Amino acid sequence: MHELAITQSMLDLVLEQAQKAGARGVGKINLVIGEMTGVVEECVQFYFDFLSKGTAAEGAALSFTMVPTTARCRGCDKNFELKEFDWTCPYCQGNNMEIVAGKELFVESIEVE
Amino acid sequence: MEVKVVKDILGANERIAERNRQLLDSNNVFAVNLMSSPGAGKTSLILQTLKRLKGKIRIGVIEGDVSSSLDAELVAKEGVPAVQINTGGGCHLDANMTSSALGNMPLKDIKLLLIENVGNLICPAEFALGEHRKVLISSIPEGDDKPFKYPLMFHQADAVLINKIDLLPYLKFDAQAFSRTIKKMNEKVKIIQISCTTGQGIEEWVSWLLKQIEKG
Repeated sequence: MHELAITQSMLDLVLEQAQKAGARGVGKINLVIGEMTGVVEECVQFYFDFLSKGTAAEGAALSFTMVPTTARCRGCDKNFELKEFDWTCPYCQGNNMEIVAGKELFVESIEVE
Repeated sequence: MEVKVVKDILGANERIAERNRQLLDSNNVFAVNLMSSPGAGKTSLILQTLKRLKGKIRIGVIEGDVSSSLDAELVAKEGVPAVQINTGGGCHLDANMTSSALGNMPLKDIKLLLIENVGNLICPAEFALGEHRKVLISSIPEGDDKPFKYPLMFHQADAVLINKIDLLPYLKFDAQAFSRTIKKMNEKVKIIQISCTTGQGIEEWVSWLLKQIEKG
């Protein structure tokens, strides 16, 4: 449900950037979303179609790059993807880790005309 | 033409949260964002905290709910300033709503501000309000698998309070495994077992809270 507020913020940001670039329309929006944010692609698309009506971003294609939750083991310094119900380092069975990816929520770029 | 953006989608919220934080700091107010699923005990914890700290420190409360002002009325009965935010269907508080509520809060008269977020373990994790600490209440009946299901919330929390600990004999909940799981990805988190019904652990919570206020 947070997708509504997130999509609105994303649209505001895209329109601001498009205007800055002197664009007439936005053709594509490239988004980077970390798995940990719990943001669901289909929801963003649904809200976007609705919110973007009548704006310069109406009809723009959304491209999602999803980033898996990745941890760095503080024991052996190796990175690994965090499994759903197993948060143990697969290399050294360490139990102390730092999240290094998976919290992303940003607009990478937009394609404008 | 491709335009590089690389900007945080919630940057606007972050900027308002930063302004809220400055306003709080300039009034010497310490703010705590209390989060949990519905029914985990946020309001009960606030009431217990008010009881313990009465006469020691002046507290204000912001109550976030989808609708109704029940919680603000409950808290106001304790004689502290309380402001209700109704999100009108929204699943979380954001910095902008908090900013409006701060305008109605006598900041000069309080030292501690408790902000009760909307009951939800997903959405509030994304939206900074301008708080100094994030506190998560997770209650025994919710089950010990919650850190796996809502990792962001548990990852960000400065403290996790395991509430309704008095129900432990009746429910299948491995409190040790639960704490271990949280510590794996949130090394510095403070975990306290509490019961707002029996009062267990409340003293420890309050002393942790007072220490945080000192630290700022």
